[in-house]
Amino acid sequence: MKALQVERSLPRFAAARVAGALAPGRGARVGPLRLAEIDPPSLPGPGWQRVRPRLAGICGSDLATVDGHASPWFEPLVSFPFVPGHEVVGDLDDGHRVVVEPVLGCAVRAIDPPCPACAEGDLGRCRNVAFGHLQPGLQTGYCTDTGGGWSLALVAHESQLHEVPEAMSDEAAVMVEPAACALRGALKAGTGRDGVLVVIGAGTLGLCAVAALRRHVAPARLLVGAKHPEQRRLARDLGATDVAAPSALARAVRRATGSLALGRSGDDASPPARSGGTTPALQLTDGADVVVDCVGSAESLAQGLGVVRPGGRIVLVGMPGSLTVDLTPLWQREVELVGAYAYGYEPGPDRRTFDLAFELVAEADLGRLVSATYPLHRHAAALAHAAEAGARGAVKVAFDLRGEKGRDRL
Amino acid sequence: MLEVDRSTPPTLFMHGNGFRLEELPVGSRVVYGPEPLPVLRDIDGAIRHALLHPVDSDPLPALLRPGMRLTIAFDDISLPLPPMRRPDVRQRVIEAVLDLAAEAGVDDVHLIAALALHRRMTEAELRHAVGDRVYDAFAPRGLLYNFDAEDPDALAFLGETDQGEEVEISKRAAESDLLVYVNINLVAMDGGHKSTATGLASYRSLRHHHNVRTMQHSRSFMDQHRSELHSSNWRMGDVIRRSGVKIFQIETTLNNDTFPKPFDFLQKREWEWSRRDRSAYLASSKALARTPDRLRRAVFQSVLAPHNLTGVNAGEVEAVHTLTTAKVMEQQLVHVEGQADVLTMGLPYISPYNVNSVMNPILVMCLGLGYFFNLYRGRPLVREGGVLIMSHPTPWEFHPVHHPSYIDFFEEVLAETTDPLEIEKTYEQSFAEDEWYRHLYRTSYAYHGVHPFYMWYWGAHALQHLGGVIVVGGDARAVRRLGFKPATTLRDALEMASDVVGPHPSLTHFHSPPLMLTEVT
Repeated sequence: MKALQVERSLPRFAAARVAGALAPGRGARVGPLRLAEIDPPSLPGPGWQRVRPRLAGICGSDLATVDGHASPWFEPLVSFPFVPGHEVVGDLDDGHRVVVEPVLGCAVRAIDPPCPACAEGDLGRCRNVAFGHLQPGLQTGYCTDTGGGWSLALVAHESQLHEVPEAMSDEAAVMVEPAACALRGALKAGTGRDGVLVVIGAGTLGLCAVAALRRHVAPARLLVGAKHPEQRRLARDLGATDVAAPSALARAVRRATGSLALGRSGDDASPPARSGGTTPALQLTDGADVVVDCVGSAESLAQGLGVVRPGGRIVLVGMPGSLTVDLTPLWQREVELVGAYAYGYEPGPDRRTFDLAFELVAEADLGRLVSATYPLHRHAAALAHAAEAGARGAVKVAFDLRGEKGRDRL
Repeated sequence: MLEVDRSTPPTLFMHGNGFRLEELPVGSRVVYGPEPLPVLRDIDGAIRHALLHPVDSDPLPALLRPGMRLTIAFDDISLPLPPMRRPDVRQRVIEAVLDLAAEAGVDDVHLIAALALHRRMTEAELRHAVGDRVYDAFAPRGLLYNFDAEDPDALAFLGETDQGEEVEISKRAAESDLLVYVNINLVAMDGGHKSTATGLASYRSLRHHHNVRTMQHSRSFMDQHRSELHSSNWRMGDVIRRSGVKIFQIETTLNNDTFPKPFDFLQKREWEWSRRDRSAYLASSKALARTPDRLRRAVFQSVLAPHNLTGVNAGEVEAVHTLTTAKVMEQQLVHVEGQADVLTMGLPYISPYNVNSVMNPILVMCLGLGYFFNLYRGRPLVREGGVLIMSHPTPWEFHPVHHPSYIDFFEEVLAETTDPLEIEKTYEQSFAEDEWYRHLYRTSYAYHGVHPFYMWYWGAHALQHLGGVIVVGGDARAVRRLGFKPATTLRDALEMASDVVGPHPSLTHFHSPPLMLTEVT
């Protein structure tokens, strides 16, 4: 079958790193990803089913892999070669349409008794993602044995499958997984309606986080740092009360919180500044109660530290990697830095993240965030588009497998 | 006034830290300011004469006595434009007043820069205004200082006008036995009761006339007979007088000799340019074209105007202001027949609020739609529904120390709406009461948090009147943020204007410098 596959090839990873540094997404042309004819993955055991992807999204973590920027942390947590693609809506052989919950936890790996995290339904914290009867792989899309969404077929354990309501489009369904990630981050905000919340980044995760915060927290002020005009429009539409360019975010937070600022009261010899881009960052005395960082870069984390209040919380939703950041404000202001990865169950009775995500996608009409789809053979263009989505007025870019030749013959 | 024909040379447009020559369509009218009036030969003598022979008031020496509290307030950095050469007229007047005070044995004297919600003046700026001798005698002892409209302990509430306008001014001024106000009257709006009722007032007071309704009902605010801004200040002046504050008003008028050599060609009529003027134009435009922005700004901001005194009057506020206004009209009034479909103007590098600073986009709006548009009596130069074309680079650029709230106004407010009423209703209070802006206004050199709102309100009448505003040669993003349309060339702008006013529109060009007041019949 046709699939995009990542191989363990150090020269190709190195080439991808160079190409990706020149232009995000460029690693697709020279890196470890290639379009190949491979055997469909076998069913690893009872309870497993074949899924033929309909749409498979391109995520920031996929782009990091393709461009060779993924953290070495993941090395023992993946198995090569693997087929990427963990945002998947597809068909089961019995005709049911499903979304795959990609974490490969204890139940999927037939590990019994499960680890404490899996026992509590907290799949994202599973201790066994490199053990059991499957090859290592923290998620579908990073594991040799399961395959991934960027292909004509993958295998998934029944515990991973969520049936898609008939009324929900494929475009909406493919947004369930990223919405679940963002939702988990939003629910870690831990603040009430009176709080001032900031979301940094207005790509897929950021916009989903805005929608989730609006639905589940409904803060008085929800500020979003968004780089591009279409992102700003969508952020507002999804519930942001204020939207600012990244360079203006600190000023917007200062205004929203009534904070004072340091270092800007010098004499009149100070140089003029362009507020559109080079105004020196303000150092706030107060700040937002919670910052949800949906970018995960050194810049976004530094910005988060700059706009969160003393004793506030930063929820890191965007995948970070190796970063160099001055953590002095975190120390001096006793800021809490919290990671938000994947999904499981959220606090409260019977609140599975994916179930909440289905509701969120439907209610906020997140299917509209799917801006473009590509066939597999145009993967280079697809990845380039995804890497520059914001600048090109797009949000989510996905592979469309519905028309791929050979899909129906599998 | 000139009607452009085929032989008319190109017309000069100021363009921020530079200028351009533009070909106006045949048939366009160019309105030029009058020639500079003759100046007073013996300035110090004229000042002394005014103090000793005031109008509707006892001579100043008769108002001075030992043991009294005397406060001398003076106009701030916003006047005159450009700043004048030393000695500044404020220095001359203040020195004369202080001489008389010393002769009378007055030793409780405070000098206050009446800056209202403007930024504080730096030491250098204060020295320029009052002179080193005065500065060194008073500032080190804390007797010469900037007015602080946010110091609750330094304000006095004097009451309300019959229309409910609260009057709160400098406590020191209010409680002095005599307040001497030293004014520079650059345009018809300046002076009179506005000097104290605005210059020494707090936000609590100012908000009653610095608002959209007042500006939309001031047609124009340069015409005291049709200015709600003027009326409000006059009502407040009445409250100040009735509360027992004794004011001795000293108003000075300047001629319109705005630019020194080599920039003096800027204020001449192009067809009268000499060979030297043409050479100066070519040399300075070429030099400026090769000069980085910041340096260009520094060059222009260092220009000191040669304008000189045409009159000085002292005494009772309203009587003095009547004489002052007549003198301003004598210098600035130009009669124009009929309105045009399109009004063009070149905006210079300076406005009252960016002396030694950056002309940010909000100030561009204020200068064009606030000040220049309102320099009329009777009717605006452009008809209702007409188009205003301004030439200015309009950079997306702010001085972070002087204009911190402007940055947020531009980023936060104008990104949402440019409607003055909506802006006033939704945002004004939060900016006016923002603690950081308050802190910077009081301790740094920042305009008050509410100041950019006033700049926007200043243009409210024009926004209501005009069918469109086009900025030639401006930063397109910044221009659009202002709610205006950007054009690369004047020709493009005229083409765009025809979409609003139709083909072959009548056009009037407001040629400044110098400043003038048009009487449109």
